[in-house]
Amino acid sequence: MTTNNNPEPTYVIETQDLEIYYGTFKAVTDVNMKVEQNKITAIIGPSGCGKSTLLRAFNRMNELYAGTSIKGKITFNGQDIYAKEVDPVEVRYRIGMVFQKPNPFPKSIYENIAWTARIHGYKGNMDELVENSLQQAALWDEVKDKLHQSGLSLSGGQQQRLCIARAISIKPEVILMDEPASALDPIATLKIEELMQELKKNYTIVIVTHNMQQAARASDYTAMMMLSGEGERSGTMIEFNETKTIFTRPADKRTEDYVTGRFG
Amino acid sequence: MAELTDKKTSTISLRRKPRWGESIIQGLLFLSGFLSIFITIGIVYELGKEALLFFQMPEVDLLSTITSTEWKPHVNKFGIWPLLTSTLLTSTIAMSIAIPLGMSVAIYLSEYASPKVRNTLKPVLEVLAGIPTIVYGYFALTFMTPLLRQIFGNDTVQIYNTASAGLVMGILILPLITSMTEDSLSAVPRSLREAAYGMGATKLEVAVQIVVPAALSGIAAAIIVGISRAIGETMIVAVAAGAGPNFTLNPFIGAETITGHIVRISGGDLSYDSIDYNSIFALGLFLFLVTLTLNIISQAIVRRFREVYE
Amino acid sequence: MKEKEVIQGFSNNLNARNRKGVIWHIIFQASTLVGIVALIALMLNIVNSAFGYVAYEARVDPDTFTVDGVPLEEQNKEQLLTLLQSELSRGAYNKLNNEEPFEERSRENVFQLIVERIIRPKVVAVWDLWPSLTQVDEIRATVAQDFPTAELDFVSWLTYDFVTRPQTSEALTAGVRTAILGSLWTIFFTILLAFPVGVGAAIYLEEYASDNWFNRIIQTNINNLAGVPSIVYGILGLAIFVRTLEPLTSGEIFGLVDPTTANGRTVLSAGLTLGLLVLPIIIINAQEAIRAVPRSLRNASFGVGATKWQTVWSHVLPNAMPGILTGTILAVSRAIGETAPLVVVGASTAISFDPESPFSKFTTLPIQIYQWTARPQAEFQSLAAASILVLLVLLLSLNASAVLLRNRFSRRF
Repeated sequence: MTTNNNPEPTYVIETQDLEIYYGTFKAVTDVNMKVEQNKITAIIGPSGCGKSTLLRAFNRMNELYAGTSIKGKITFNGQDIYAKEVDPVEVRYRIGMVFQKPNPFPKSIYENIAWTARIHGYKGNMDELVENSLQQAALWDEVKDKLHQSGLSLSGGQQQRLCIARAISIKPEVILMDEPASALDPIATLKIEELMQELKKNYTIVIVTHNMQQAARASDYTAMMMLSGEGERSGTMIEFNETKTIFTRPADKRTEDYVTGRFG
Repeated sequence: MAELTDKKTSTISLRRKPRWGESIIQGLLFLSGFLSIFITIGIVYELGKEALLFFQMPEVDLLSTITSTEWKPHVNKFGIWPLLTSTLLTSTIAMSIAIPLGMSVAIYLSEYASPKVRNTLKPVLEVLAGIPTIVYGYFALTFMTPLLRQIFGNDTVQIYNTASAGLVMGILILPLITSMTEDSLSAVPRSLREAAYGMGATKLEVAVQIVVPAALSGIAAAIIVGISRAIGETMIVAVAAGAGPNFTLNPFIGAETITGHIVRISGGDLSYDSIDYNSIFALGLFLFLVTLTLNIISQAIVRRFREVYE
Repeated sequence: MKEKEVIQGFSNNLNARNRKGVIWHIIFQASTLVGIVALIALMLNIVNSAFGYVAYEARVDPDTFTVDGVPLEEQNKEQLLTLLQSELSRGAYNKLNNEEPFEERSRENVFQLIVERIIRPKVVAVWDLWPSLTQVDEIRATVAQDFPTAELDFVSWLTYDFVTRPQTSEALTAGVRTAILGSLWTIFFTILLAFPVGVGAAIYLEEYASDNWFNRIIQTNINNLAGVPSIVYGILGLAIFVRTLEPLTSGEIFGLVDPTTANGRTVLSAGLTLGLLVLPIIIINAQEAIRAVPRSLRNASFGVGATKWQTVWSHVLPNAMPGILTGTILAVSRAIGETAPLVVVGASTAISFDPESPFSKFTTLPIQIYQWTARPQAEFQSLAAASILVLLVLLLSLNASAVLLRNRFSRRF
């Protein structure tokens, strides 16, 4: 499915015939994709097609809603993350998440990161970890003088970068980003996108976005999702390829309509 | 139809017409609303007036009321401390039961219980909250006291004691603390829980380290309202805590609280203008001011809390 | 799961964290259980006292009334009537006849009267339900040894007779009719005051009041009043209704003073005091119900040229009424259970006359429970338990009707 020039790519997350249910309602159907290490994979598609649902399945966040279940398989480094013996807490430790709306804890900027590290038994130098994380998230210079102010006192864009700093403080392998810039202004959005390019050196990133320019600019691979069939309200992946292929020579007519803005 | 045509042919006046009926009704409604102010004024005026008479009596002086540890109306000793200590004692015992239990139950209901369990348990709490306090008083005297006497021995525990009253008062206040705490826990936005789960926190870490701190002001308000309720609670202490002021901190012997004293003194046919009659107004005023202060603090805290999240 | 390399001092502490999580989960669950256990203990404790064995001795030995070898229990109605007539004073006999003519009374009723008025059984020992079920033989042995002349019976203290008999000082023949009627009379005046004023105040605050400092004070004041201890309302009632308004509340100005009441400690004073107590609760509940009526409904009414009051009366109130009634029922059940303010207002300690006017002396169900609970003898605790059951059944049916009302009308919008 994937065309790749790299002779031996490493895939961190893979799905096989994935279906996701809310109760008896099938929200996502028939997803097969591979997330390559140290790349940015974007999931695009119209609203309500199950992008976020799919993303949340990658670190078992969907379990927080009663009645959700999956069929098929999601593997992380070859291991089935929905296997019985797997602890979802462990999964989320390795696969971090940044949410659509910035959601810092109502604690100080410092504590937002320190708390996260502390629950995972971090015993090293906390000041150093906080500084490193904030620097990696390109926020350090803006907040270094007010580390003990509430995280909620920051602007929206700063809050979102704090959430990114918080996510990377515990060194996950993958960061899932659920429309991380949708609540931000264009300048803050640009900063987040630049940050992603920086982060992909160390992390694998999966990002859901409704903004096609963003996917085209920022991602290496793109998965196109759409509601499938007549009457059926279930989202499915209709195309998955390198981003430049998706945006220049899409194989599916629906993808072409969508990326050129002729959809709907 | 005729009317409509009339309207069209005649000059239509848009001028405001007096509507006497409307005005009278509005006046009556305003009076209804104003009555509540009148109740407060009535409480302050009536209680204040009689309390003033109490302190003007030759037998009473304010200084010894505040400093003396004896309340013996028949020998004209009116030191508030024995009534105050037993009120504090029963309230402290009650709160040391109600706060930890109430918060645990609230955390369980809000963060752990499935919707089905929650929907079954909430009515149970409502039933507990709807039981009249005299029934709790009966429970204290006929169940808790014998239980305490069995555990600690009949020599240690008197038939009337503040421990029994305090413990049962804790059960009485439990539903109040639980429902107020649960309300403030469920008001914490979902995104905050998701943030914590997304960082790989366990359920306990999310509940105790993220959700509870975020709801702290609501919980504080619940606790303050609980304290105010405990101080004003009457029938449990009137039945189980003992008759007769007693300056002690021993929870196993009888001691009369402020409310218990008021009930006992007014139980007989109290003659107006007696010093006993005036004393219950002084005590009532004190009770009113303390609980009012606590309630105002609690509301101020809740108002601040709302500003953060809405 | 593949071990994550330990980077920069992160330790793999998940097992310990999960263990802690399980322990606290159990603690939270156990706390909830404690609450449920407390409720169950409370209920069982009441039931335990309300039933069980009673040993009683007759003050007058029934054998002395054996006529021609026929024991009292087997005599016919005429024989029993003769006995009643000879043992009671003429005044007492005539009074009974006036209440209900003897010709119309059944034999059982006459026999009951003989037991109550002539034999007058006296309780000597009482057992709770649990020992009555598990230690029957020991109980029988104790009674045979300590009270050889006593009868031993398994009784339910809660009976139909208990609910319909007036209060007396004899435990075996005491009833709560006086108290129930007292509660009903009191609540009638409570509703009479609190419902119209409460709903009126709620309408004023929700529909008429503009957002200025004065109306905000009214609102804050109502919230504060809801938290004032009930005993303070009792003291207020004592000062205002019993003392200051005595001419009114004792019925003096209507020339209706109850001969047994010389002051303002009447059903009317009690009802009005409780009315003030529940007023803030009714206002707050009614405000919520009124607020739930959608704006669009008001706009529709104003849009066809209705006045404010027409809108409120024809559209807002009818739609808010189920909610208002639910809130009122809950407030009323609070009032029915109140004890402390009524003690202060001056409930009577022992009256056996049913209240007959607003100016009667009063006692209520909770007051009756309080007085019986405060007595040291076990049989009065059992009476208290039986009256608690009556009170709880009353409250439960009120609450059930409130829930029904809420469920029936909750899907309006």
